[in-house]
Amino acid sequence: MTGGIDTASVAPTRAPERRLEDIPAAAWLAAVLIAAVLLMSLARGPVAVGQTTLNGLVAAGYFALGAVGLTLVFGTLRIINFAHGDLLTLGAYLTFGIGALGLPFWPAAAVAVVLTALFAYALDWIIWEPMRRARTSTLQLFLVAIGLAMVIRYTIQFFAGSQVRGVGQDVLSSINIGPFHLGALQALVLVVGVAAIAAVGLALAFTRFGKQIRALADNVALAEVSGIDTRRAVRLIWLVAGALAALAGVLYSAAVGSVNPNFGFFILLSLFTAAVLGGIGNAYGALAGGLVIGLAQEWSTLFVGTRWKPVVGFAILIIMLLVMPRGIFGGGRARS
Amino acid sequence: MSVFDLDFWVGAGVIAGIYGIFALGLQLNIGFTGIMNLGQAGFMCVGAYTMGILVVDAGWPLALAFAAAIIVAVAAGVLVGLPSLRLRADYFGIVTIAFSEIVRYVFQNAAFAGGNQGVIGYDAEWRAFQAWASQRLATIGLGEATQMPLLIAVWAALLLCLVVLQALQVSPWGRVLKAIREDEDAAAALGKNVFAFKLQSLGIAAALATIAGFFLAMNVTYLYPSEFDPSFTFFGYAVLILGGFASYGAVVVGAVLLCTLTEGLRFLDLPLSAGQAGSLRFIIVGLVLIGLSMFRPQGLLGSDAEMQLRA
Repeated sequence: MTGGIDTASVAPTRAPERRLEDIPAAAWLAAVLIAAVLLMSLARGPVAVGQTTLNGLVAAGYFALGAVGLTLVFGTLRIINFAHGDLLTLGAYLTFGIGALGLPFWPAAAVAVVLTALFAYALDWIIWEPMRRARTSTLQLFLVAIGLAMVIRYTIQFFAGSQVRGVGQDVLSSINIGPFHLGALQALVLVVGVAAIAAVGLALAFTRFGKQIRALADNVALAEVSGIDTRRAVRLIWLVAGALAALAGVLYSAAVGSVNPNFGFFILLSLFTAAVLGGIGNAYGALAGGLVIGLAQEWSTLFVGTRWKPVVGFAILIIMLLVMPRGIFGGGRARS
Repeated sequence: MSVFDLDFWVGAGVIAGIYGIFALGLQLNIGFTGIMNLGQAGFMCVGAYTMGILVVDAGWPLALAFAAAIIVAVAAGVLVGLPSLRLRADYFGIVTIAFSEIVRYVFQNAAFAGGNQGVIGYDAEWRAFQAWASQRLATIGLGEATQMPLLIAVWAALLLCLVVLQALQVSPWGRVLKAIREDEDAAAALGKNVFAFKLQSLGIAAALATIAGFFLAMNVTYLYPSEFDPSFTFFGYAVLILGGFASYGAVVVGAVLLCTLTEGLRFLDLPLSAGQAGSLRFIIVGLVLIGLSMFRPQGLLGSDAEMQLRA
């Protein structure tokens, strides 16, 4: 380039204008959550708010981990995986089953996580891959998913019975931190949940597979032309989805203390809520969405009865889809 | 139990009829309009509870309460559809299933709906009619099965709904629906109000859900929330794929096939507990859904040319 005017040096240097939209969504979210805590503390007292926040963080662990797989599968394969909740159930019941063979709870859980991941992988091989090749419609994918959900849930029920079953752990002892109480097992759930979320977040951000998965969930065509082996990445997504679902199921069973074969299906809509809150296909978003849904459901108990907790989750889901279908972090096309 | 147990088959026929009416609404939505309604059980719940509560708590006559229930359910359909029908198909599905779960939790927890005890005592008028009808039927040799009047009523209603829907489908209104299913942008370009047609389709489906809910209520004698969980909607879709998409006649076939499949399992002398036999029914329905969707997505009687399911 000769004779041209270097525009960069000529143009007056101006500080970039600060606008409201430039503030990252994560900062907005943090501000809203902190404001909510302060407002609720005024209304219901800081101890009650602190206690429900603690409970909410316990719940956030399994919601976040459950929602990651759901959002990756939805973002990449356009499958509303109605069988995803039942993978949580499978993880919890495999843990009980392996525990019955004599293994302690947490090692049994680790085996269950591996087995569920392999199961999800096998399902892709047997069902989802052939369906991708046949270029199936949303309706077909939906029908297969609900069929799969029924088969998984009722096979578990066939062998384990439909009754509520305790986790067989010490669910009574609790620890006190100042004015707050937390069950010892729940504290463990909180620690494992936070550690797992951090591990998933770091793996997504820094590993090659993590980057490939995010690229694929964001834009399949673009990921393909960038030379990503999409077939392998999709299989990897199913492994991750299965493993995290099983872990979420184990954490749920430990946090609540007892489960029945329907629990995965019942929290599935809360997982959808977390995925939609974070923006479909956005794995970080799903983690944040899990935090929001866990906190929102527990905070709601400050104002309405505990039994309305699920309704709070569904209401958030509907409101989000109607007013902010791209989620708090954006992404995706929501209108037809 | 004998395979020739009349009471058993009459009971199974009643259930098939209820599923038939229920799934006609789903067929109108997905098969003829292309909207994925996953909240049909919620509309049925709204309708059945409205009827039950009006009779028990407000003392309304059954017929009047039933008419009011249809109006309330259609209003619920319009209310759900108004904001959500503009969403993408899969998001619309999620909104409707979330609606259906909210409805179920509200009736489970709200004091006016009797909570988990449910609503009981709305069917005195129907029992009286059934006793009278049984006597009449006995004179022509059909009086042995207690549920016979219900069987006749539910199948008469099913066939009536079928005829009405079929007539609507060959009308200009029905052709617009199909145009929307095939290409809603093209339908809109021709000046058709796509949104209004979709809303009407959803409203009619809610009315059909209420009719199914009426017969369900008469069949079970009391209403409780867990009857209306999303599994009911999913069974409705199993009816559709067993019969075939985009055909009302196929719904009847699908309903009969589904009930034969699930109820007929009782005759296999399997060494299973009652709970396990119940689980096995769901497993079989699940396998049917997976297998047909993979290998015959238009359903047994559906035509691939009528409704394109492969992209």
